[in-house]
Amino acid sequence: MAEAVFLALSVITIGSAIAALELRSLIYGSIALMGTLGGIAGFFLLLDSPFVAMFQLAVYVGSIAVLILFTVMLVKRELIFKKVEDKRRKFVGIALMLVFMVALGSVIMDSGIKTITTDKPAVDFRNIGADFLTYYWPALILMALILTGSITGALVLARREDVENEQRTD
Amino acid sequence: MNNELIDFVLVSVALLGIGIYGLSVKRNAIRMLFAIEIIINAANLNLVAFGRFLPHSGGQTLALFSIAIAAAEVGVGLSLIIVAYRMYQNIDIADFRSLKG
Repeated sequence: MAEAVFLALSVITIGSAIAALELRSLIYGSIALMGTLGGIAGFFLLLDSPFVAMFQLAVYVGSIAVLILFTVMLVKRELIFKKVEDKRRKFVGIALMLVFMVALGSVIMDSGIKTITTDKPAVDFRNIGADFLTYYWPALILMALILTGSITGALVLARREDVENEQRTD
Repeated sequence: MNNELIDFVLVSVALLGIGIYGLSVKRNAIRMLFAIEIIINAANLNLVAFGRFLPHSGGQTLALFSIAIAAAEVGVGLSLIIVAYRMYQNIDIADFRSLKG
């Protein structure tokens, strides 16, 4: 049986996910997205993995959500509040979502994972560090290269060439 | 540990459905990025939940990798949106048609 903390967290997470997509203003939407990401961090705490929860808080709530917020503020004011959508497309989308949820949910409910519980202790975070440095070390190096490449790519893409820097010559 | 695996998996399915709805309905590029974020978080929740109940350390390790890659993806995606906004003065993806070449 689910406990009260779990229910509260799932209401917060799913409700703010819907709010992030449906609120009229993009700024409030990105704040609601922060709620979703924080709710997921709470789920990680419930799953006895505090290291991943803190990583989630630092990376998602701390940097990605703030990055999105600043990008939203760079956009023109009337575009933030403009909401263009097709009524028919919206109904088709809601139908797609419901069909998907019901189908996947019923498949999962019929499968064997309904009865899985565990009494074993949680994984120690020292094991994660050992994993990173032993079995997964090529992936770790590759991830570092990908991060560097993506930061360089983002900087190159966002650079403006039409603006001249005014440098003082004296 | 009172919670069962099925609860977390069902929350993850709900988040995945909401993300698919957002990707298929919204035309605002930043909102589509929100939907992608929600889907990635559903996947991370699944990874950590299965890793807890097996129990195996691979779930948390892969979730950490996934979070880092998602950070890179959001950076590149936002800068692409900024470039397209500078070209078209709009963030509606229906206006980005000439990007397809």
